[in-house]
Amino acid sequence: MTAAEIFNIFAMQGFAGLSLFSVLLLMGLGLAIIFGQMGVINMAHGEFMTIGAYTIFLFSSLTENYAPAFSQHYFLVAILAAFLFAFLVGYLVEFALIQYLYRRPLDTLLATWGLSLGMQQIFRSTFGAKEVSPTLPNWLMGSVTPAAGLDIPINGMFVMALTLFVTGLVFLLLYRSRWGLRVRATVANRAMANATGIDTRKTDRLTFAIGCGIAGVAGAAFTTIGSTGPTSGSLYIVDAFLVVTFGGTASLLGTIASAFGIAQTQSISEFFLTGSMAKVLTLLLVVTILMFRPQGLFAAKIRR
Amino acid sequence: MNRLYTWVARSHWGSLLILAVVLLIVFPLALDNFRINLVGKYLTYGFVAVGLVMLWGYGGVLSLGQGVFFGLGGYCMAMFLKLEASDPITTKIQSTPGIPDFMDWNQLTHLPFWWEPFHSLTFTLIAVIAVPTLLAFIIGFAMFKRRVGGVYFAIITQAVALILAVLIIGQQGYTGGVNGMTDLKTLKGWDVRTDSAKYVLYFVNAMLLIGAIALCANIQRSKLGVLLLAMRDKEDRVRFSGYDVASFKIFSFCLAAGLCGIGGAMFALQVGFMSPSFVGIVPSIEMVIFAAVGGRMSLVGAVYGTLLVNFAKTYFSEIFPELWLFLMAALFIGVVMAFPDGLAGVYESHVKPWFKRRRQSSAAQRVMAPAAIQPHSSAAAIERQNHKNPPYTAPLPEVRP
Repeated sequence: MTAAEIFNIFAMQGFAGLSLFSVLLLMGLGLAIIFGQMGVINMAHGEFMTIGAYTIFLFSSLTENYAPAFSQHYFLVAILAAFLFAFLVGYLVEFALIQYLYRRPLDTLLATWGLSLGMQQIFRSTFGAKEVSPTLPNWLMGSVTPAAGLDIPINGMFVMALTLFVTGLVFLLLYRSRWGLRVRATVANRAMANATGIDTRKTDRLTFAIGCGIAGVAGAAFTTIGSTGPTSGSLYIVDAFLVVTFGGTASLLGTIASAFGIAQTQSISEFFLTGSMAKVLTLLLVVTILMFRPQGLFAAKIRR
Repeated sequence: MNRLYTWVARSHWGSLLILAVVLLIVFPLALDNFRINLVGKYLTYGFVAVGLVMLWGYGGVLSLGQGVFFGLGGYCMAMFLKLEASDPITTKIQSTPGIPDFMDWNQLTHLPFWWEPFHSLTFTLIAVIAVPTLLAFIIGFAMFKRRVGGVYFAIITQAVALILAVLIIGQQGYTGGVNGMTDLKTLKGWDVRTDSAKYVLYFVNAMLLIGAIALCANIQRSKLGVLLLAMRDKEDRVRFSGYDVASFKIFSFCLAAGLCGIGGAMFALQVGFMSPSFVGIVPSIEMVIFAAVGGRMSLVGAVYGTLLVNFAKTYFSEIFPELWLFLMAALFIGVVMAFPDGLAGVYESHVKPWFKRRRQSSAAQRVMAPAAIQPHSSAAAIERQNHKNPPYTAPLPEVRP
């Protein structure tokens, strides 16, 4: 192997890691808002991602059957729809379930796990147990070849761009908008936020729903790199939680860093080991580091 | 007879006695061999549920990785049984006789060194408890000493469950992979696959479980149990009183893990195989729901909860497989939203006051002196009762002589 070939392998493997990073980051961002900011353990987060993925599939098959002319353009609309669907379901779930459980985090965990089981069965009954893939528009297919032997897939780049966009938006919303201000105030001191006239109940509901909506976008991104089944989301749930915990729960920057670290470790070690051993190695590394540094990489400076 | 009754009622052993009667007398008489074996399988999960009552209900620490310890205990036992089942004579068609079949299929030519000690039954029996307890100690020591608890602990134990499951599935040559360890035959020459063996194992299982509950009940009533409870409710106050909170948590985590290990080993014996499907995230959380349905504070309730959920699972997945997950979902949400104390809670809040009312009204009929009647009913129960229906108004027919 020449040096150029080795470089190409590393570059491509690294890029595969970036696609995984994108999905993990989008999942993690939603969770960082729900779990990191609100302290709610949403075990059904993966299922919100699946909602997004199935929305894309639904739009894809609808355009294919009824409006083939739009088959090149539906994708962007579908991403928006994925966000909206997941947002709406999240809003409902908060209203029906989560709002009664804020004081009992461990019970939220069990209730949302039950919710995830129910949602999985709904997916199975509606879309079938078989994995489905949407027909992607042509402009997402293929790859760019900047140098001989170095193929960068376009869908990967698209997912990257989408992730960057969403991450930027979340940052902007959280640190530059009224909603973000309310969320941060509620997280910092609920009673005081209430006293200054912030409707914390409404803020909670909106925050939870937005977190779920971002999971929906993660699902949309996921469809470009893998096929969707009823349990696709639950495969990522532990990883997503580890991303948030590893990064330090209250820190968005930490979430980005840890998603990157976990995805790259997994992807690079996949080249040397089998897939399952790479996964074991990555998780083991994260758990070991968490045992020595339980507050995560970027700890919030607060008193406990 | 009356004296026995008061002793049982006073010493709080009544519920355990009833459980023992149900498990050792009622079930064997009422159920056929197939069902008994099924109940035996459920009882092995009962160990996990009892452990969770100690860890979660009393200690206030929720572990989502109990499947790990169940699996470790089970795999230790299964390794011993597998080694006994693959002696050189029965495995002579393999390219390397004398090693388990799955190793041969995966081109292993000799037994890995860490399998060697499992030739010995004594070592295996020790390992069944020691391996899970040791792992629990390591995890617990690392986490609790740094004051990691609650949600973070749950997430990390869950990650451990995922790691072990992926590891077992990935290392097919050493662990049997996704299929697990099958074709377990004899225990020191005693064929565990026969109906009579399964029947005997059921009783061993039930006795061990009752013993485990008795042990835990003793711990609950000792000073240690009081401390655990205090720690769950006001951790800081216990710490400021000079107690090392972390070691108590480590203790209850190790206790729960050891019980899981026993459960796993009994599972391998009773069911005759062990597979990674009892190790991962999904089974680990399902085990939590067993304890939650029974009542996270009640040792005996946890066993009933385990039996009930598993009967429902078997029944529904045979008849309406579509509905099972919905039912499970409803169970999780319902237990959390409506019955946080599970079956035991319903018993305490509805059934027990009803009994008490009956007894009181019949006693009132006889004595006509209302004051001397409630010697050990709790204040809350009396209050609730006085709110809902004032006592002594509707005399019910006499039941006890």
